[in-house]
Amino acid sequence: MAEVLLKIEGINKRFGGLQALSGVNLEIPKGAIYGLIGPNGAGKTTLFNVLTGLYMPDEGSFTFDGHDLFRAKPHKVVAAGIARTFQNIRLFSEMTALENVMVGRHIKSRAGALGAVLRDPRTRAEEAAIREKAWELLEYVGITDVADDLARNLSYGHQRRLEIARALATEPKLLALDEPAAGMNPRETDDLKHLMSKIRDGGVTILLIEHDVKLVMGLCDRIAVLDYGKRIAEGVPETVRKDPKVIEAYLGVAHE
Amino acid sequence: MTNSTLRGKLGIYLVSAFLLAAQPFLVGGFLGNSWVRIIDFALLYIMLALGLNIVVGFAGLLDMGYIAFYAVGAYTYGLLSSPQFGLHLPFYITIPLGAVCAACFGLLLGTPVLRLKGDYLAIVTLGFGEIIRIFMNNLNQPVNITNGPQGVNLIDPIHLGGLTLGKTMEIGSLSLPVVYLHYYLFLALSVLVVILATRLQRSRIGRAWVALREDDIAAAAMGINIRNIKLLAFALGALSGGIAGGLFASFQGFISPESFGLMESIMILAMVVLGGMGHIPGVVLGAVVLTIAPEILRDTIGPMQMSTFGRMIVDPENARQLLFGLALVVMMLVRPAGMWPSKRRALEFSDAKAKARAQKG
Repeated sequence: MAEVLLKIEGINKRFGGLQALSGVNLEIPKGAIYGLIGPNGAGKTTLFNVLTGLYMPDEGSFTFDGHDLFRAKPHKVVAAGIARTFQNIRLFSEMTALENVMVGRHIKSRAGALGAVLRDPRTRAEEAAIREKAWELLEYVGITDVADDLARNLSYGHQRRLEIARALATEPKLLALDEPAAGMNPRETDDLKHLMSKIRDGGVTILLIEHDVKLVMGLCDRIAVLDYGKRIAEGVPETVRKDPKVIEAYLGVAHE
Repeated sequence: MTNSTLRGKLGIYLVSAFLLAAQPFLVGGFLGNSWVRIIDFALLYIMLALGLNIVVGFAGLLDMGYIAFYAVGAYTYGLLSSPQFGLHLPFYITIPLGAVCAACFGLLLGTPVLRLKGDYLAIVTLGFGEIIRIFMNNLNQPVNITNGPQGVNLIDPIHLGGLTLGKTMEIGSLSLPVVYLHYYLFLALSVLVVILATRLQRSRIGRAWVALREDDIAAAAMGINIRNIKLLAFALGALSGGIAGGLFASFQGFISPESFGLMESIMILAMVVLGGMGHIPGVVLGAVVLTIAPEILRDTIGPMQMSTFGRMIVDPENARQLLFGLALVVMMLVRPAGMWPSKRRALEFSDAKAKARAQKG
């Protein structure tokens, strides 16, 4: 297997009496599109939130590209190189599309309050660079035509793309997408697929949560399956597809 | 930009600069110096409202105890330049020091409320504002620091060498009363605060504040350090309040805890909300209108009743409060986004209205 980018071991997360994740292991190789699937309530999004620092895991270990990110704050996780999108799109709705992406450059720029007030040449150059980079990213995901529209007024497909552009603005090594195809029509899903391949080919590893098994099977290099907070299968799509445990989780067990 | 619009803009700037410079003479000449004094206060409130606007308008943190920072600035100046301790430090030390102290208090308030939002944040900050006031009220024993409810008296006016803002200045045949001198000082500082606030808004920091206001979880996921950016908003907001406080102390020559009550906090918040939250020109307008309107009412209600009814029916002070409250309610109904909202917010409110209508119909 290729070099491991993200490695988590034995991650446990409880919410009161509910064991949302129990002993989850995951190894994501560099340069892959890695799928994470499972029925509703399997703990996919919980795992995502643990990975990106929104939830604190109870036990386990979590290393990413040489950084120990166990119980790290969200901004540290981003700094280490993990960016994410949200299942129920969380854009800054009163900002324009361009400004949304500019916020994504926050971590890659430094100007503080003093720079903002003095507007010295360095700050101005940085600001121009932020704007230029944001514009490039809008171009990359193909939504420059709505650059100056408020995020809340964009179409659903555009909002999804904008969220990806914003995440890419942090120059991540791992891009984590939480059900990006949810609610998309077949054409939009197809476009998205191309976009993801393009991003992967650009050197960014992708972790994809998806409901749409067909999309995952066709796109991902490896897949992990979660059910009731446990990882029940892992491997290349062909083996996972045939795994009896996976079939059981998705279709239920036959009673004789 | 074409040449003619550029010239037009330049013209507008020149005319407004001239009007602002001539204002005390115009107002003082026609209406009397008491009105110049009111305008001086309007300028102080502009600084306060712009400071609060950083916290409430930009970062979306509802702060109901903002007046505490005004108090900290005022007491820093008052205690260090008055007979209270026999200290008479110059203004160029006391005003910056007051601003820094206020910023520290901003951090002091910001730290424990990092996890709070909305209503809860409002209640805690409200409590903070009251705590500061009560401290000022009671720090006269066992050691007398603030002189308690009697307040600090005989505070030095701003002076440098032989120049003082504390008495009428004669320049040739031109005589500039105290309120005129303070007008120019306050105007200069207000312009400075406007510039600082505008620059902050259009920067990486300003964007981070708006992101925080719009969606703090997404902001964190973009690598924004939520704790630091919140504390920065509290500190910078407080800074402006502290400067205004120091100016207030020097201008009045007297401060007491009474000036820093909850009503003042609410008033400043009303300036921000009524003017147009997050929109600097709107906030400035809000501060000016809410300072001057009550004074106009004070001057007109009594005589109006006398001329129409021949006697006083409602006590002018009560009628003033009543009308003022009514005006606020009407404003919020008619223009919920404020008197002069940013184009964006105006759009947002009209969108919401259209949506509501569509759902009804």
